[in-house]
Amino acid sequence: METPEGIDLLLRPAGLVPRALAFAIDLAIRAAILLALFIILGMLGNFGIGLGTLLLFLVQWWYMVLFEVLNQGRTPGKYWLGLRVVHDDGTPVGWTSSLTRNLLRFVDMLPFGYFLGALSCLGHPAFKRLGDLAAGTLVVYRERPQARPALPEVEAAKPPFALSLDEQRALIAFSERHASLSAERRLELASILAEPLAVTGENAEAKIHGIARSLVGAP
Amino acid sequence: MKQAAFERQHHADWHDFISQLDALERGKPSPSQASDFPAAYRRLCQHLALAESRGYSSQLIDQLRQLALRGHQQFYRHRSPLLGRLLGFITGGFARAVREQWRYVLAASLLFYGSLLGMAALVFAFPELVFSILPPDQVTQMEQMYDPDASRLGRFAERGSGDDWLMFGYYVMNNIGIAFQTFASGLLFGLGTLFFLLFNGLTIGAVAGHLSAIGYHQPFWSFVIGHGAFELTAITLAGAAGLQLGVALVAPGRLTRAEALRQAAKRGIQLVCGATLFLLIAAFVEAYWSSMTLTSPMIKYIVGALLWLIVAAYFAFAGRAQHAAE
Repeated sequence: METPEGIDLLLRPAGLVPRALAFAIDLAIRAAILLALFIILGMLGNFGIGLGTLLLFLVQWWYMVLFEVLNQGRTPGKYWLGLRVVHDDGTPVGWTSSLTRNLLRFVDMLPFGYFLGALSCLGHPAFKRLGDLAAGTLVVYRERPQARPALPEVEAAKPPFALSLDEQRALIAFSERHASLSAERRLELASILAEPLAVTGENAEAKIHGIARSLVGAP
Repeated sequence: MKQAAFERQHHADWHDFISQLDALERGKPSPSQASDFPAAYRRLCQHLALAESRGYSSQLIDQLRQLALRGHQQFYRHRSPLLGRLLGFITGGFARAVREQWRYVLAASLLFYGSLLGMAALVFAFPELVFSILPPDQVTQMEQMYDPDASRLGRFAERGSGDDWLMFGYYVMNNIGIAFQTFASGLLFGLGTLFFLLFNGLTIGAVAGHLSAIGYHQPFWSFVIGHGAFELTAITLAGAAGLQLGVALVAPGRLTRAEALRQAAKRGIQLVCGATLFLLIAAFVEAYWSSMTLTSPMIKYIVGALLWLIVAAYFAFAGRAQHAAE
């Protein structure tokens, strides 16, 4: 997805299972709200039942819409699973699209238990159900900030020859990921480069870290 | 420039940008944060582009990308006062939308009123036909509801007068639910909408024909004429919106089916919003006015006719001036 600023943004659409789980959580919350309402309002007689029916209507058709629009595309269930609803262009969902996708939920549920919605979701490259198709919306994973890994503390070293941009990137990536790789795997990967770097297999890893450090310019 | 120097140089900018984002996402930015935000966002986009072209590490790029994504979502947010939009919609936008989509409204009206009047005439002529549409116990129920001797009309008539709220809630729940389903099922190539339009038309027609045939016409027609102006119109509007979805899928024209569907849904949802408003009015009228038997039927016919005129005038004239100005 490219923005008007000319940069590419990555949206990661969420698949069927997390979405179904989010829906199940929302369903449970709604059931709890309604149960509480009817216990309280049931004591008020017919006036209470009338009011309760109105609120039932509100909760049944508007719960998703209100949360999605007012809470940055996240219903409680989606919040729990780290999902959010956005337009196809990555902008937050608005009233009309949210209303469209939630009204068309009725068709997604046909003929039973979200059958059509699940089919459409599994068949579409961006996991859209029918309501999402019509409203032009996406359910994506919310981005979570990650801690930046520190480069290993070694003496910075000059690369023995000029490196292309991709090669530089690969070396830095190896160095940044060293904590998540096992020692054997690191040795195995580093020793591939032992010969071009003109070091022994055991020293290759330290050499790569050193080069990465000098490329990044870390002190 | 080396990556570490780049990071050192711009770290403070990014830090400020994050605090701006946090404030915006909570919806409470300070005035200076809000006014600086566009510039800060553009700067971040530039940093991201630089970092990508200079081959900085993917960790840094990921971090900047996340910030750019969050910024994008705040920057291109659709934010306009809901109340203002709602008022604009009621005073003209809705009527304009209906006029724009008059073909679909006409088609839905023909289907609905055609089946309604046809069925009413058939049942009036051949009274036993009503049992092929409605189950016998429902017919008995209808007869009780519109018994000329009853003090209140409509559903829950036997419960006395203190339950207008109950009726209001029931009508809102039931009717708006039906309108939403009528619209949504248009996604099944329009077949669902056809079903709902014809089903409702035939049922209401059968009831009307039957009650007229057995001599209950006075209570029935005086009951329905008031809220019918809003309720029946709303059903046809929801039907028109649903038919659009179906047409977009069956005959998308030069667009892809997905694109045609998106556009049809965008237009249709306006009709559905308007239909929802109409049904709220209808439920109100039905619960508080139509069910009263204190007034004479004559007054009800007059008020009912007036309401129909108001609805017709609204669709004919509302929003014209603005339209010309645009």
